[in-house]
Amino acid sequence: MSIFVNKETKLLVQGITGKEGQFHTRACVEYGTQVVAGVTPGKGGQKMDEVPVFNTVADAVNIAGANASMIFVPPPFAADAIMEAADAEVPLIVCITEGIPVMDMMKVKNYLKDKPVRLIGPNCPGIITPEECKIGIMPGVIHKAGKIGVVSRSGTLTYEAVHALTTTGLGQTTCIGIGGDPVNGTNFIDCLERFQADDATEGIVMIGEIGGDAEEKAAEYIKANVTKPVVGFIAGLTAPPGRRMGHAGAIISGSSGTGQSKVAAMKANGIHVCENLAYLSDVCAETFG
Amino acid sequence: MKVHEYQAKELFRKNGVAVPDGHVAFTVDEAETAAKKLGSYPVVVKAQIHAGGRGLGGGVKVAKTAQEFKEYASSILGMNLVTKQTGPEGKKVKKLLIEQGLNIAKELYLSILPDRATAKMIIMASEAGGMDIEDVAEKTPEKIIKVYVDPNVGIQGYHLRAAAFGLNMPKETMKPFTVLLKNLFNLAVKYDCSLVEINPLIITAENDVIALDGKMDFDDNALYRHPDVQAYRDLDEEDPTEVEAGSHGLNYIHLGEGGNVGNMVNGAGLAMATMDCIKYAGGKPVNFLDVGGGASAEQIENGFRILQSDENVKAILINIFGGILRCDRLANGVVQAAEKVGMRVPVIIRMEGTNLAEGRKILADSGLDLINAKDLKDAAEKLKEAIQ
Repeated sequence: MSIFVNKETKLLVQGITGKEGQFHTRACVEYGTQVVAGVTPGKGGQKMDEVPVFNTVADAVNIAGANASMIFVPPPFAADAIMEAADAEVPLIVCITEGIPVMDMMKVKNYLKDKPVRLIGPNCPGIITPEECKIGIMPGVIHKAGKIGVVSRSGTLTYEAVHALTTTGLGQTTCIGIGGDPVNGTNFIDCLERFQADDATEGIVMIGEIGGDAEEKAAEYIKANVTKPVVGFIAGLTAPPGRRMGHAGAIISGSSGTGQSKVAAMKANGIHVCENLAYLSDVCAETFG
Repeated sequence: MKVHEYQAKELFRKNGVAVPDGHVAFTVDEAETAAKKLGSYPVVVKAQIHAGGRGLGGGVKVAKTAQEFKEYASSILGMNLVTKQTGPEGKKVKKLLIEQGLNIAKELYLSILPDRATAKMIIMASEAGGMDIEDVAEKTPEKIIKVYVDPNVGIQGYHLRAAAFGLNMPKETMKPFTVLLKNLFNLAVKYDCSLVEINPLIITAENDVIALDGKMDFDDNALYRHPDVQAYRDLDEEDPTEVEAGSHGLNYIHLGEGGNVGNMVNGAGLAMATMDCIKYAGGKPVNFLDVGGGASAEQIENGFRILQSDENVKAILINIFGGILRCDRLANGVVQAAEKVGMRVPVIIRMEGTNLAEGRKILADSGLDLINAKDLKDAAEKLKEAIQ
């Protein structure tokens, strides 16, 4: 079992003919994801390897039966790509793009509110249900089908957690990168809710970072609603205030959004916090073993 | 991206947000010319640096006579201004804003920014103007009015009225206030601002509503569509190492004095976690450096050189989880860099992920004295030894 994606998922790739689009589509196909279509305006009728390319998302949905999208469109055009997918009612939209203006994402988020779609990202590595479906840029080979759900704001830091779970034999049910932007489509709570309801998920790893209050809200949600054990990790305990640490959403504003406040909130709500990344394997083995 | 008060006010002026008459000056002569243009006293001399707290630091003075004016302009221009936000090293003042002094009847606070939690624009206003808003938020939060605006709908009359009535604006000031707020909101959205702040917004004795101070921060992700804002960039306000790193396409942040461990990582989250690891190992990170997935050999070389150029650096930790960035590519980059630039301090490398075995072989065969760590715990141990 899993959440959001599995071997039935039929993926379309927006921006499939671009350099990133091609590279990662091939990697997803190699992993076993069903990639049924690509969309690049003006290249409808062409093929990227065996994948048919369409001019619009609506065509990819109606003709190729796509029910998920992976977006590799550059920042100036990414909001438009997300909205096109939402308008075509693609149920799951995964936007990898980093660098979308916040104002654009605010408009997108408000636009998506009454649509039957879920957006993951932007500025995220994607989502993977090991051995079934990979939608994103993560290295498939480090994953192993198993019993722990992973939800994270990060990319490579997530791979560290995945690596820890794979080497300890625990494996993963589904790993979701919710991304490093301040305004995103799916947040911790959305994933925690699904993991709690998923029979195959026996435990959860939650990876946050400085900026905003999503982790604090998630911690309260966990105390009230999640019975499965949760391991938490926060990046940026040594980050200085006022600086954007790579991710657009990783910024401490005044006194809010500090790593310390997130760690405290997690501890207060029963989450097993790992403070030093070097010990993540140990904490996972102890908590879930 | 930050800009100076005088630049924010230029945008305010062009977009219907009332500001005092004023001119920027880069020399005392220019300052005197500006004062003459304004025509009457009092005239305010304001240091232009990006940091706040300039008034308390002695960087803002009201001159009542030409004599006072010359004294203030001469002493503030070129001073090393230390404020709560500059840190003890302060900032050299290279420009002044010369403004008409006004009769202040009341000071208010007004700001507009995107609220990440609700995905709406939030207007924050308070009658507690001219003070530290963080203090007000902590001690008397009820004094801050918040109005949320859906960016897809835009600012409406009822939003403006909520703010105006919430601030107890006198009847005669309702019109100028609502016009200012509407224009300020549209300016904030048009220019992709991450923050627009006016503290204080004043009501004058003549019932004018004017932005006495002005701050605008811009979303870095949106600068591509604002060439006029890009032109406002002041390199003097930026850390020179960061400027250099930026020119090589490196996402680099200098953390300030006292750091003794340089680090290079792929991925912002992992980079932040690595900085934390360094601290747990007893070191102090000197920087944040995310080389990202597409790092070229040239970028790795430049990153390496920049890290070593800080004399305080006693060791370098390279932590890479190869996904898109393959371990063999990184290893080649590091070897090339070390051969070209030399190795002044111990370099510890921990790699994991794609093509790990190939990467490790390249390092081992290089003949260089690079310290290979098998995992993060090992890297931390080796780092501890290196910085003894």
